[in-house]
Amino acid sequence: MKGNEAIAEAAIRCGCDAYFGYPITPQSEILEYLALEDPYNKRSGMVVLQAESEIAAINMVYGAAGCGKKAMTSSSSPGISLKQEGLSYIAAGELPCLVVNVSRGGPGLGSIQPGQADYFQSVKGGGHGDYRLIVLAPNTVQEQYDFVDLGFELAFKYRNPVLILSDGAIGQMMEKVVLTPQKDRSVTLPSWATTGKTPDRERNRIFTLNIETDVQENHNRKLQAKYKVVEENEIRYQEFKTDDAEYIIVAYGISSRICMKTIQLAREKGIKLGMFRPITLWPFPKQKLFELSKNVKGIFAVEHSCGQMVEDVELAVKNNTPVKFYGRSGGVIMTPQEVLLFIESEMNK
Amino acid sequence: MKNEEILIAGYGGQGVLSMGKILAYAGLMQGKEVCWMPSYGPEMRGGTANVTVIVGDEQVNSPIITEYDTVVILNKPSLDKFEKTVKPGGKLFYDSNGLPYPPSRKDINIYHIPAAQETVKIGNPKIFNMVVLGGLFKKLSAVDANYVEAALKKSLPERAHKLIPLNLEAFYKGADILEVIYEL
Repeated sequence: MKGNEAIAEAAIRCGCDAYFGYPITPQSEILEYLALEDPYNKRSGMVVLQAESEIAAINMVYGAAGCGKKAMTSSSSPGISLKQEGLSYIAAGELPCLVVNVSRGGPGLGSIQPGQADYFQSVKGGGHGDYRLIVLAPNTVQEQYDFVDLGFELAFKYRNPVLILSDGAIGQMMEKVVLTPQKDRSVTLPSWATTGKTPDRERNRIFTLNIETDVQENHNRKLQAKYKVVEENEIRYQEFKTDDAEYIIVAYGISSRICMKTIQLAREKGIKLGMFRPITLWPFPKQKLFELSKNVKGIFAVEHSCGQMVEDVELAVKNNTPVKFYGRSGGVIMTPQEVLLFIESEMNK
Repeated sequence: MKNEEILIAGYGGQGVLSMGKILAYAGLMQGKEVCWMPSYGPEMRGGTANVTVIVGDEQVNSPIITEYDTVVILNKPSLDKFEKTVKPGGKLFYDSNGLPYPPSRKDINIYHIPAAQETVKIGNPKIFNMVVLGGLFKKLSAVDANYVEAALKKSLPERAHKLIPLNLEAFYKGADILEVIYEL
């Protein structure tokens, strides 16, 4: 199954209520697969709609999420940029939803080949205001599948949008996927959902405008307190051959897959190289990386950008050990060999 | 068994991606670890297309590789670009149709599949890729040819299942016409 198809199948099976999308390479198979499967008529009853634009799609998600439904959208880099206003509103309104970015080379329309240059946009904001997205970065087609259900679970647990930051390579490749049984779509809605006032309760309101500044600040404090709980509870990462490692690569998504091969090649040459892979990009697993960095000679941040995640790596490592950056961009995919060449040249400096 | 890293390269429209898909599905049916990575992009019928398939018993690490155990070459741009990417001791398969010169390396195994010529004889250009695949499978150790029928069922839509016998016939033909050019 293709990475993009895995996301679509996972959406149906996890009991998602609605998908709103708009085609863009390299994620169009998500919408195509859902349209072909026709879950509204043939499977779970999930609504699938091609909106008139990316902006319309995210605002449809905003509306559906406000009604307490499991709603999602997906796009690729330029399309995700268009969704940022909506994401800021959804985060401000404390609504759960899932957004998938199968990212490509940028900036601008960029290229249609894989890229990881949307890291800043994903973890540092993207839209306006003090808000956070929970960001999951899969590196296998299986994780593309698993993170849809996980994403919705986290989104509803914290009433916060969740972003799956994938890339064109993971989206386009095919791997073995173990599917989970079909879950029913939820019939009970959250207590905050705007489903129409009943006599026994106050009306539910979802809004993001606070003319009174202190009301807005109080709301921001509430959001920040929530983000702190997320930071304490939801950090996920994977260690790969770090036990005896003298040098560690930090990489996520397709870069982490490429670096697994780099590590294999390095170890054949006797270089003790390992990898730390953040799975949640926000919250970034900085404490664990800080601890690991005490015992190694150097850290290499490897990503398909001109240097974005490396800033979080440097913040986490806090001068424990040198941090070097290697990246390719614009849709060019690095090879395991070129990463190894870079590491060897840095080691010999 | 160690993973086999395979590249299939040719023109868009030759069925390169589906060939890779059938190969990957056959590995999957056999219970192997598989990864299929297309060179997606602004490509079209007549442009170049290639696909990487990694299959074996180990968990697949990088889908992006620069050296392959096995390379299938179906046009001149691919020959120029990918002959050098075969690992020493590896295998190269090619169809001489449209190639101005044959592969020249002496440190790899070289096999010729005259698939285009055979396709003309059969009179159906659509089964070209199955002929090539048949030739490839004859020398492939990672996947058993017995799983190809199941792979076809899996990768073709239901309405095309009536064409499976024709595809299998082409597949076995490919194995028959394989010529050993150079073997280490």
